Amino acid sequence: MFNNHKHLIDISEYSDSELMTILQTAKAFSEVNERVIKKVPTLKGKTIVNMFNEPSTRTRSSFELAEKRLSADTLNFGGSSTSTVKGESLIDTVMTLDAYKIDCIVVRDKHAGAPHIVSQASPAVVIDAGDGKHGHPTQALLDLYSIWERKQSFEGLKVGVVGDIGHSRVCGSLIPALKIMGAEVTVVAPGTLLPPRPDVLGADHVAYCLDDVLPELDVVYMLRIQRERLEGAPFPSLREYHQLFGLTKKRERLMKPDAIVCHPGPINRGVEFDSYMPDHPERSVILDQVYAGICVRMAALYLLLGGADNGLAS
Amino acid sequence: MGTSSPKAVIMDEISISRAMTRIAHEILERNEGCENLAIVGIVTRGDLLAKQLVDEIREIEGVDVPLGSLDISFYRDDFATHISPEVHATDIPFNVDGKRIVLVDDILYTGRTIRCALDAIMDLGRPSRIELAVLVDRGHRELPISPDFVGKNVPSSRDESVRLFCKEVDGRTSVEISDVEPGSHVGSAPLGGE
Repeated sequence: MFNNHKHLIDISEYSDSELMTILQTAKAFSEVNERVIKKVPTLKGKTIVNMFNEPSTRTRSSFELAEKRLSADTLNFGGSSTSTVKGESLIDTVMTLDAYKIDCIVVRDKHAGAPHIVSQASPAVVIDAGDGKHGHPTQALLDLYSIWERKQSFEGLKVGVVGDIGHSRVCGSLIPALKIMGAEVTVVAPGTLLPPRPDVLGADHVAYCLDDVLPELDVVYMLRIQRERLEGAPFPSLREYHQLFGLTKKRERLMKPDAIVCHPGPINRGVEFDSYMPDHPERSVILDQVYAGICVRMAALYLLLGGADNGLAS
Repeated sequence: MGTSSPKAVIMDEISISRAMTRIAHEILERNEGCENLAIVGIVTRGDLLAKQLVDEIREIEGVDVPLGSLDISFYRDDFATHISPEVHATDIPFNVDGKRIVLVDDILYTGRTIRCALDAIMDLGRPSRIELAVLVDRGHRELPISPDFVGKNVPSSRDESVRLFCKEVDGRTSVEISDVEPGSHVGSAPLGGE
C-alpha cells in the first residue's frame, strides 16, 4: 500500500509528488545496487509471482533481480509452460496462484487490460509489466529516473518521443508520466505510425519532421520500430525510415549541446539509430535506463508491498 | 507516533554539546587515539550527532575521522505494518572492513533500530568492532543491546515520548519528554527514539 495505491497499473493515477517519492526511493536503492553485497532483507517472506504471458527478457530479468535483491521469494510463471495453453482462463490461473498464498503478481500480457483483470480476481498487489498497447508503467518510471538523474528537474523540459507511437505501450505510460511531472512532450512520427487521435495520449505537440523539432529538444526519446507489430506498410522501407527519422551522427549536429538520448530497448541499429548514436558517450543514457530499471522496480515493490492493508501506513 | 504535548526539556543545547564533547573524549580514550576509527550516524538525527562528534574529534586531535550516514529503512522488522515514506540513501564513503566503527543514534529505546543498523553495516563489510554511542538512553530494551557511550540516562515510561530536536531541522536544539496519548502505542514500541 503506497498512499492509497494498491497496484501499479495505470501511472496516470499517481500524482507528481508520489512519482517523485518513487524516484527518490529508487535513488536510495541505487546505493544498495552499488554495494558488494547487493541485497537487503526488506521483503523477506514475501512471495512474488512473475506472470509473463509474452516474451520479455529485460523487463523480466530486471524484475527478478529487483525481487531477489529485496530478499523476496519469486516464482516465474507463464509462457508456453502455463495452463493457458491447456485452455485455462486467466482468472482461473490467478485464482490458482492465490491458493499458494502469494503477495504480489507482476503481469506481462499481450492483451491490454490483463493486469486490471488480474487485480480484480486476486487480493494480491498487481504490477503491470507491460500489457498490449496499453501501458508499461515501470518502463515509464525508469525513463523518468534516467531523465531526472541527468536533468535534475522536469519543469518545462522539452521531450520528443520519436517513432512508432501507435504501436507503443511505452508511450501509453511515458507520455502521461512526463505530463504529470511538468514536461512538454512532442510526438514525432510519420502519420502512419501515429494513433488516430495522438492527442489522447496527452502530448502537447505532434510533428512529422524530426529535423524541424530536434534543435528544441532536451530529451530525444527514440522508440523501437516494432517489426513484429507492423501491419500494412506504414512506410516504404526501413532504409527510408532511417533516413527521415533515424537519429544519426549527421543529425546530431542539430541537437542542443546538452540534449540526451533515451531508448527503451532493444535497439535496432540501422533503423531508429545509426551505429554511432546509441554509444554516444555524453548523450546516450540507454544503459543507464537499464540500470535504473532495477532501482525503480525495487522502489515500486518496496512502496507497494510495505505497510498494512488498512490504509494506516503513512 | 501519536499526538503529544511537551512536558519537560531534559537537555538543552549546552548540555547536549557538553555531553557530545565528553563522548568524543571517551571514544578517543578507549581507543587511544583515532586510528582506524570511523563514525556512522543513523538517519535521521543520529547523522547530525555523528557530524558533531567528528567536529569534536577534529578539535581535540586535529584529525578528520571518516563520517558516514546509515538509513535503516530497508532493514526494519516492522515493515509489514509501517514503511518509511522517505528513504534516504545510505552514504558510507569508506571501506568498513577492519574499521572500528562508532554507531551514533539520538535516543536508545527498544534496541530494534540498533539491531537493524548492525545488520545494515554487516552487509557493507566486516568491521573489526562496532561500538554504540547514544545521546539519551531511556531504557525499555526489547533486545540484548547495551550502549558503550551514553550522554544521559533518562528513566521514562512507555507512555512517554522522548525526542531530540535539532536546530538544523527543527529550529531548536533540545531533548524533550512528553506524554503520548493513550492507545497510540499498541503492542511493542515503534522503532526509533520515540
